[in-house]
Formats: sequence, structure tokens, C-alpha cells
Amino acid sequence: MQGGFLIPYIIMLIVEGMPLLYLELAVGQRMRKGSIGAWKIISPYLCGVGVASVVVSFFLSMYYNVINAWAFWYLFHSFQDPLPWATCPLNSNRTGYEEECEKTSSTQYFWYRQTLNISPSLETSGTVQWEQALCLILAWLVVYLCILRGTASTGKVVYVTASLPYCVLIIYLIRGLTLHGAVNGLIYMFTPKLEQLSNPKTWISAATQIFFSLGLGFGSLIAFASYNDPSNNCERHAIIVSLINSTTSIFASIVTFSIYGFKATFNYESCINKVILLLMNTFDLEEGSLTADNLSEMKDYLMAAHPQEYAQLSPQLKNCSLEAELDTAVQGTGLAFIVYSEAIKNMEVSQLYSVLYFAMLLMLGIGSMLGNTAAILTPLTDSKAITSRFSKEVISGFVCFINCIIGLIFTMEAGNYWFDIFNDYAATLSLLLIVLVETIAVCYIYGLRRFEKDLQTMIGRKLNWYWKAMWAFASPLLIISLFIFYLSDYILTGTLQYQAWDGTQGQLVTRDYPSYALAVIGLLVASSTMCIPLGALLTFIRKRLKRERVSTVA
Amino acid sequence: MLGVLLLAFSVVSVASAELCKPDAQNAFKVRLSIKTALGDNAYAWDANEEYLFKAMIAFTMRRYSSKSTTQISNVLLCNVTDRVSFWFVVTDSSKNTTTVPGSEVEAAIRMNRNRINSAFLLSDKTLQFLKISTTLSPPVEPSTPVWLIVFGVVLSLIVAGIVFLVVSGIQQRKKKNKESTERENLEEKGEVTITIENGIPCETLDLKAGHVNGVFAADDERFTSL
Repeated sequence: MQGGFLIPYIIMLIVEGMPLLYLELAVGQRMRKGSIGAWKIISPYLCGVGVASVVVSFFLSMYYNVINAWAFWYLFHSFQDPLPWATCPLNSNRTGYEEECEKTSSTQYFWYRQTLNISPSLETSGTVQWEQALCLILAWLVVYLCILRGTASTGKVVYVTASLPYCVLIIYLIRGLTLHGAVNGLIYMFTPKLEQLSNPKTWISAATQIFFSLGLGFGSLIAFASYNDPSNNCERHAIIVSLINSTTSIFASIVTFSIYGFKATFNYESCINKVILLLMNTFDLEEGSLTADNLSEMKDYLMAAHPQEYAQLSPQLKNCSLEAELDTAVQGTGLAFIVYSEAIKNMEVSQLYSVLYFAMLLMLGIGSMLGNTAAILTPLTDSKAITSRFSKEVISGFVCFINCIIGLIFTMEAGNYWFDIFNDYAATLSLLLIVLVETIAVCYIYGLRRFEKDLQTMIGRKLNWYWKAMWAFASPLLIISLFIFYLSDYILTGTLQYQAWDGTQGQLVTRDYPSYALAVIGLLVASSTMCIPLGALLTFIRKRLKRERVSTVA
Repeated sequence: MLGVLLLAFSVVSVASAELCKPDAQNAFKVRLSIKTALGDNAYAWDANEEYLFKAMIAFTMRRYSSKSTTQISNVLLCNVTDRVSFWFVVTDSSKNTTTVPGSEVEAAIRMNRNRINSAFLLSDKTLQFLKISTTLSPPVEPSTPVWLIVFGVVLSLIVAGIVFLVVSGIQQRKKKNKESTERENLEEKGEVTITIENGIPCETLDLKAGHVNGVFAADDERFTSL
């Protein structure tokens, strides 16, 4: 989450999001089958695309519920006064605070030590944390409760999980905009940073964000659209859905950045106050003589008047900068937990805001999990072999149980590192490839003119040139360039690295992945992307065998 | 006579200057942050406040050890700055030339820290004795952590919901099985009419909206064979 994110986001939405959403909805509505069946109709060699989508959904459901477990943990801990991440715990002889907590902030300590109990590197796995395991089991029980009765009950649950976050966002918008220093965050959000725009990583993360939030490439859109009436106007739906989606994202980011600005301003002012206190104590100046405004002049004066003492002091005098505070990008999912818990602890009635925020996070997470598990369960329940023997409840329970057991890996001490592996590599590359194959398949294998004719018979209107240009040229080109960048970035840096938490220093350090972790990453990416060529190969072999059988019979 | 008095006075003041100076033995530095603590209600630090401070230290020493006979004049302050920080030292009441050991003073102040703080309307953070570390009070912890209680409540609700749904699902299925066996019995007796189309009962044609017409959707013939 960087400032100036809006430009890549909006451009990616217009070039990638809307056209691809329309494409998937149209394919589903035309072919009237789920993702595996629909691509088989377009070309028998593409049955692997649907399978790849299911594999990606499976990986996603494995690791995503851990986020809900963390949200539960924070939610349960919000019922205390003061909030447990507001102050550092005392050390054993009660003379001061815990050493690790002193070096970093109390919110980071709570996240890294008391929630995750993180180990210093991936190799030291440690034991399963029973508190996190309990929260994970609870999260899976909640998911099971919602999918137990099938899509009918899931639909009713989604009413709650989709509307509650809007209410909480509005409350937070009002609270956030009235916080001191929120304006700084908003200015930061709306000013584009040119050097970031030239960094391809920004564009990639914008594209991934669009794919994830619209649900492209997971196969769920095709599946849902196949239930639509054939004359449904999916063009209008695609535009409306993507506009609502991006408006919500921008709305949410306004709230986020105003709270971010509050946190940054608060930290900046405490930093200045610490410097002022240090100078006052060392030089025995009168209270109130040093303020934030005259700080720099007074520093120069003191440096001139008492050079030796000032020189002794200078390593402790930090240069406080608001820009630096706003730029602190916390890695990964820690952002949602560390940054927000830090902002919340400084608000009045922090328990209420904490409960609201983590309840909202939970709703969003459970909503995503429902979509994921539906994507896995639909092929299972569609196959007659399985449904004849087991009932719906048993199948869903089995899937949840397997995922829960695998998810216990992420509750170990090194679990957060494995989580980051899954988060970074399980879905991103595969989604790009799946969407690329989808676009090329519809435009060039099925034929753009034929698809255009199909759409005309369905919707009754001629296809706008804009969609044709996007599908045939812009979207595939963009995805290919993103791919090229990803691969070249990997080749240039040589090896993949991750951020490990060093408790002795109280900050993150960069380390290389060990070889077995690299093997897991390769397996993750390969198992979903290889489905596509493997599917084509299997179909080819099957056709060959059939032709041989036919020729021998004849 | 005057000369002797002057000499004695200067000796005493020199002696006290020697006893109380920064980093002297058994001397402690004190730092007050009155404006930070009280804001607009801050009082100015003057000779009267210093007198009160000396009185509080003397009171502390007396309270710590019942044998102590510390007087206000035994507490010496020096190097008062604008920050409001100064050094103080407690001299032995019997002999004015030696100072009470620092460990005793430290223990006495630790014991009576609350009284000293409240005399000045300050707290441990705003009235600092620099060499004396404060023991921080631990937070109040209930016997069962609060989060486990909330967790237990939510867990029992969810499990109750799951059990309810599973049981009702089993009951529904039993009812449906009973109905279908009843209907089969009725069919054998020929008493229930079921709409049939081409030999297939309409209910089993449970397709999605729109039927797929087999004539037009033959998979293998869409493409010219490769």
C-alpha cells in the first residue's frame, strides 16, 4: 500500500479489470457450464484451464483462513482495558519493560511475539501455537457452518458479510476524517510519486489487486454466469460490478489513508517530543523553551554553544520526518494488523473501534473464504460418483477438515513465513497465466468474430470496438509484459528472499530461502500452471487413441 | 569575634558546597517536569517549593528509620537549573560533615515515593530521581484470560448452530425418503399421476435454465479434426 496508488489502479481497472470481467461473464453465460466444461466447449485442448482454477482455489483456501484466525485473536483481545497492544509487558524483575518490546513498538511486539511467537528464520519451525490453532479451528467451524447447506444458505450469509463492512467503513470514515493528522495521509494518497510509477512492481501489484478483488481467473465468475438467463445483459453488469468494486476500494482506501495519516502524525509528534525531552534534560533548559517550531534553530544554537555534549548526544537524536513515517511500508498482512492496531490504540474508546474493525475484517475474510470453498465444492458436488455415496454435509466437512489440518502448519512458530510463501506465489503467477490463456483462447482459438456473433444473439446489441480492442490486443499484451517483468526480476535477483523478524534487534531482516522452501514455491507455481499444458496433452493422447481404435475397427 | 564567626561560616558553606555538588558521593539528581504534568495549573519553582522538598526528604528519612533525627537543615540542595533539576544530599544529623549513605536514602525514598509525589502533585514520570529506578506496577490480570472467555462463548454458539443444521438436515432427508417410498407404493397402485414426457418423469429433468439440444451441441464436430 503506497501513496499514489490510484493511477496504476485505475488504469489497470480500465485496461484489464472491466474487459476481462465482461469476457468471463460472457463465456459463462454463452457456454452455460462451469469453468471446466466451458473451456472444453471452446476447445477440447483447454480443459486444463478449469482444473488450474480449481487448484488455485484449493491453495487459496488452505492458507487464507489463517487471516481469519488472526482476526478472531485480535477481536477476542479487544475486550480488555487497556488494549493489550497499547503497552509493553514488564520484564521479569519489574524494573522496566520487556527488552524486545523496548526496541520496537508495543503493537509490533504484540503481533510478532504474542500473536505469532515468530521464530528468527524459516528453518527453525518451532511448535504449534495452541492459541492460534484454537482460533484456526474456530475459523474453519464458522466457514463450515456457512457452507453446510450449500449455495442456498451461503447466499443468505453473504447478505451479512457484504453489508456489515460498509456500515463499519462509514463509521470509520467519519471517525477517521476527524482525527488529527488525517489530512496528511489523504494528501499522501492523492499525490502521485513518479519514481514509483516507473517501478513495474507497482503495476504488478495493482493488476494482482484488480484480479483478486474482481475474482478473475478463479472460475467462480464463469460458474455463476452459467446460471444466468441467456438474454441477460452481461455487458452492463460487468461495467456496474467493476465500477462498484473500484468505488468501494477507493472509499476503503480513503478511510485507510486517513487513519494512516493519523498514525504517522502521532508517531512524528512523539518522535519530536522525545527529541525535545532529551535536549531539555541534557542541557537543563526551561520547560516550554523548546517547541516543535523552534527545534531546528535551538539545535543549531546548542551545537554551537556546547559542542562536546551535543556531539555525545547526536547518535540518540533521531531526525524525525513525517514523510519517513508515511513511507513506512509494513510487509504483507502485518499491515492490516500492526498499522491499524497502532492507530486504534491512540483513539478514545479504543475498545469499540477495535471490535468494529476486527469484526469487519472477519466479515470480509469469511466472505472470501465462502467464495473459495464454493469454487472447490462445486466440481466435487457436480460429479455424480461422489454425491451418490456421501451427503453434502459430509463432503463439506471433509474439505474443511483437510484444510484445517494443513492450515495448522501456519500456526507454528515459523508459520508466518510459510504463509508469506503461499500468499506471494500460490495465486499470483497462476492467475496471470490462466487469464492470459482465457483471453487468447476466446480471441484467437474460438475466434473473435464468432464470439461477437454469439454475444449479439444473446444481448441483441453490436459489440463495441473498445471491448474488441481490449480483448484482442491490450489485455494480453499487458499480461505478457507483466510476466516478462516477473521472470526478469527473478532472474536478476538470483534467489528469492524473505523478511524475517529478528527479536534481538527488534526489526525485520532479509534472508534467503532455503532450498526446500524454493522447492515448495516451484511446486506451488508448477502444479497450477502445468495443468494447462497437461490437459492439452491428455486430450491429444486420448484423440490419438480413439482414432487408432476407430481405424483398427474399420 | 566577627572574624571567627566569618571564618566558621565560610568553613560551613565550603563544607556544604563540597558535600553537595554534581556527582558527589551519596548525592542524587532530581528532575521535575511541572509544566508537562500540570499544564496551565503549573506552579513556579521557588524557594518555598525547595523548602517543601527539604521537608519531604527529612520526613522520608525519619519515616524510614525510627532512629533517624534528620532535620530540614540536613538536606542540602544545589545546582538548581531552569529545567527544574537539582542535586541534593542528606547529611548526618549528628555530624554535619558526613553524608548519609546513598543506599539508605534510596531505600527511604523508594518506600515513601507516593507521599513525595503527591506533595508536589506529580507522578513517578514527572518527578524523577535519576539514580533510583521505579518498580512498575504490573497490570491486573484476571485468573482466566478474557480472550478465552469470549472464545468459549463464540465457539459454543457456532457448534450449537452446526449441530442444529446437521440434525435438521438428517430429519429432512428422512422425511423425504419416507415420502418417496410412499409415492412409490402409490405408483404401484396406480393412484398418482405423474407427468411423463417420452418415458421420463419431468421432475428428474433437473437442468439449469434452458435445455441443451443434443443436435446442435455435438462437441467433437465443432472443429475440423486436427
